[in-house]
Amino acid sequence: MIRLSILTRQALAKLTLPLLLLLACGLVVLGQADRRVAERARVAVSDALAPLYGLMARPLSGLRDAGGEAQHLVDVAAENERLRAENMRLRRWYNVAVALQAENAQLKDQLHWMPDPAPSFVTARAVADTGGVYARSLLVSLPGDVSISKGEVAVDASGLMGRVTEVGTRSARILLINDITSRVPVTLTGSHASAMMVGTNNATPRLMYFPEDVHPAEGERVVTSSEADALPAGLPVGTVHYERPGMPVVEPFAALDRPGIVRLFDYGLTDIVPPEAAARVGPRPAGRGAVGPVPGAPGGAAAPVAAPPSFPASHGASGEPAVTPSLPVLPIRGFSKPAIGRG
Amino acid sequence: MMVSELSAERRPGIRPRPTLGRRLDAAARRVLPVGFTALAILLLSAPLGLPEQEALLPGTVLASVFFWSVFRPPSMPGWAVFGLGLLSDLLGYAPPGLTIVILLLVHGVGIAGRHGLSRQGFLLMWLVFLSVASAATLLDWTARSAFALRLLPVQPALFQLALAAGLYPLLSALFTWAHRTVADPSRA
Repeated sequence: MIRLSILTRQALAKLTLPLLLLLACGLVVLGQADRRVAERARVAVSDALAPLYGLMARPLSGLRDAGGEAQHLVDVAAENERLRAENMRLRRWYNVAVALQAENAQLKDQLHWMPDPAPSFVTARAVADTGGVYARSLLVSLPGDVSISKGEVAVDASGLMGRVTEVGTRSARILLINDITSRVPVTLTGSHASAMMVGTNNATPRLMYFPEDVHPAEGERVVTSSEADALPAGLPVGTVHYERPGMPVVEPFAALDRPGIVRLFDYGLTDIVPPEAAARVGPRPAGRGAVGPVPGAPGGAAAPVAAPPSFPASHGASGEPAVTPSLPVLPIRGFSKPAIGRG
Repeated sequence: MMVSELSAERRPGIRPRPTLGRRLDAAARRVLPVGFTALAILLLSAPLGLPEQEALLPGTVLASVFFWSVFRPPSMPGWAVFGLGLLSDLLGYAPPGLTIVILLLVHGVGIAGRHGLSRQGFLLMWLVFLSVASAATLLDWTARSAFALRLLPVQPALFQLALAAGLYPLLSALFTWAHRTVADPSRA
């Protein structure tokens, strides 16, 4: 230990805080200049903590299950009644589905339909909800020998959850569809119109950029669209709901607030620019051979929607959903260009 | 921390022999504030399923850093505040470094005003914390909006601030108890 005079020691103690502050400001600048450094550090921390969170998740989910079980026992009679009714309804639908499937197969036979390739997928447990107030994201833990790539599609038992944005060796981060930076091209099943589903950090993402003559109907099903080749067509997303007139939102099928088991599908559609977190929207450093437009760049609206997640939002323009004539019309895989209008 | 240790050694008086156990005990008491805060960051980022869990974190960390900076600065040194900020930055989606700057500023305010503040009653402390937390939240929101190149919604920030204000009395009671008992190195 070096013996220092009291005065020197006091001066050193006074200098510590300003020095640390300077260092922190340097970190902010560094983090803005090169986002990959921060991303790598984040992934390293997530990797280190994923097993710990995995350990914690198991007893917690056990507790939650026990609580749910007790609740079930209380209202089992009403549940039975409801299930019986639903079973009857489903049986009827099953018959319809079988008939439709047969008809579909027959029609496809006649059309020389090329089937979509079957995607490979892995199933993982969501171990942590790492988003903050300004971001909705999810951490899944993966065994070491699984290879995941950015842009893979995360789906839970009932619908689309989000896309993989960061990949570590033992964990992957998923940006959920209700994050404020999430932009998902969707199709309204009733009218076959395309639209953008724009996250708001609330439970229900907004529906925007649909054609002017289309009014999304309350309860209409919303599925993904293969526009921009970022997602496969036809994944169930949710249903349209009006919280107030003129402002349709999507109620997601997926349990975004209670993530449990997540399936990650590899459709081979990886050439998208990964979405940025709310706090990190800005020009990306070039050098990755990026295909899409620079996120957040001025005039990004004129660029093709090769990067739907970073499609610039026009928040606060007006309450009415804006219609963008500059959206290029790409051929939609799965069906020919639909007639715009109410089907 | 080293400075205070040396000065404590030089202080005249009769004290028990510094055996290994006693020194470990004192060290544990000294790291308790930082340890508690780090644990809170780790736990509040874990999948606990608490309602509005992510909004609880900033208030908890702010309250802890502020309280200990005022009442026991040797147990909440600047470099530890830096580490806590880094940890919460890496676990969340904040722009890297932002939380560190905010926490260091709060720490600085606490250190600077501690001679006056530590003699005040709880109510005034709460009011001071409220203004510090408001400033921190404003800075947080401004910086995030600046980095995102657009105005982020204000409601989450206000909600976060309200949670911080509401959490402070609870945490203050807990910390005051700890300050007198388990986090006091001189009781080792």
